[in-house]
Amino acid sequence: MEFFKNIFNILGKYHSYLLEGLGYTMLIALIGTVAGLFIGLITGVIRTIPQSKNKAVRVIQRIGNILINVYVEVFRGTPMMVQAMVIYWGFALLTDSTLSLIPAGIFIVSINTGAYMTEIVRGGIISIDKGQFEAAYSCGMNHFQAMCHVIIPQLMKNILPSVSNEFVINIKDTSVLNVIGVMELYYQATIILGTRWDLNSIFGVYLIICIMYLTMTFTVTRLLRLLEKKLTGSKNYTICGSQSDPNAEIRVKEGQ
Amino acid sequence: MSEAVITLDHLEKSFGTNAVLKDINLTVNRGEVISVIGSSGSGKSTMLRCINLLESPTGGDILYEGVSIRDKSVKLTEYRSKVAMVFQQFNLFNNMTALDNCVKPQMIVLKRTKEEATRIALEYIEKVGMSAYVNARPSQLSGGQKQRIAIARALSMNPDVILFDEPTSALDPEMVGEVLDVMQSLAKSGYTMIVVTHEMGFAREVSDRVIFMDGGYIVEEGTPEEIFKNATQERTRKFLSKVL
Repeated sequence: MEFFKNIFNILGKYHSYLLEGLGYTMLIALIGTVAGLFIGLITGVIRTIPQSKNKAVRVIQRIGNILINVYVEVFRGTPMMVQAMVIYWGFALLTDSTLSLIPAGIFIVSINTGAYMTEIVRGGIISIDKGQFEAAYSCGMNHFQAMCHVIIPQLMKNILPSVSNEFVINIKDTSVLNVIGVMELYYQATIILGTRWDLNSIFGVYLIICIMYLTMTFTVTRLLRLLEKKLTGSKNYTICGSQSDPNAEIRVKEGQ
Repeated sequence: MSEAVITLDHLEKSFGTNAVLKDINLTVNRGEVISVIGSSGSGKSTMLRCINLLESPTGGDILYEGVSIRDKSVKLTEYRSKVAMVFQQFNLFNNMTALDNCVKPQMIVLKRTKEEATRIALEYIEKVGMSAYVNARPSQLSGGQKQRIAIARALSMNPDVILFDEPTSALDPEMVGEVLDVMQSLAKSGYTMIVVTHEMGFAREVSDRVIFMDGGYIVEEGTPEEIFKNATQERTRKFLSKVL
């Protein structure tokens, strides 16, 4: 009973801290995931450009691909917590000033996610039938048009499960940003605890944020599952000229 | 009738050390229907894909209305939109309805307005007998229906030439007829067509000229009459005796 009393006590006293933390966590995770996806799409488009016949252009393409690979390997191969430290303090060393915390957090999560998204998008593009590209090219579309109108819409549907996975990971992993002092949920927990050292409070606070993380990730997965269903589209279609649906009237001869 | 649209001039294509096309010379005149026959691996499809630049030739040249497509004045995407392609595997855009498959490319490539593109698309969709299915997605259509939409998509671009790459080879036998009927009516309305096909009936009845390819060369060409009744080359006769 003492324990629950304590928890309600904490909630009553510090709910604004907790909500602020929740807000920042969601903000960083959301923007980070969307920006990461954007990075992934851009690198995906660049990587699939057909080899140019022009030698100079081909060299640039080669260099671009190498840079993308280096980016992916570096950011996938090091912990985000370390990246946060290196970027934050590296910036401080170079410019003698510090980054403001929330933008820094968003930036770190974005480029980290971007590295994973690059690979997710690459896998997605590989899984799309080559005939889709060929049909687009044969209609006279250039690479960019083919990507935007034909490939990426199909790609989004295929990679959505992986993207929502990344989103969930980001919600949880923003907690490592506490090392540079970003006011996300985990950081707020340490603030609330402050100088309290009784086990009841320590366990209570961490249990509360644990439940808050779970609530966020659960809600997000459900929402994205709904979006997935929506993107798959309806199984049904109306036969035009159908007598049961007046909207399906054929209007080919109109104006003749 | 004798205005050349596409000319293949000593065209060559190798994949690594594997030479698939060796010295192909062919002139396609406006309004002409050409059937390309030959056994698998003879280079028929590769020739067609080279014309559409889905494969880049490794030698020789392609002339479009007398101008080399390597000339700087020729924009490749523009050239491709003039040379439409119908694929064996249909390759409809899976993210679009049947109607959008015919509308979107016009809007994207030819910059037509949505109204104009839709009007043109519906016209050709009716021509291939698919008006009832404009709202369907590709996954909801049968093979023959998909191929007819693919043909409508090609027509909507108002191309100068339509290339058909074995358009009926992936179809169930009972659906071959509906696609061939559409192609026959196109041939009658004066379209310029190059058709790679195994349908000897179509080659014989519909085409103006038949080309027999073997080992990367055009071995023999002539009217259907000449090829099917009086082939001069031994290889042509041998092939025809096997397929007829």
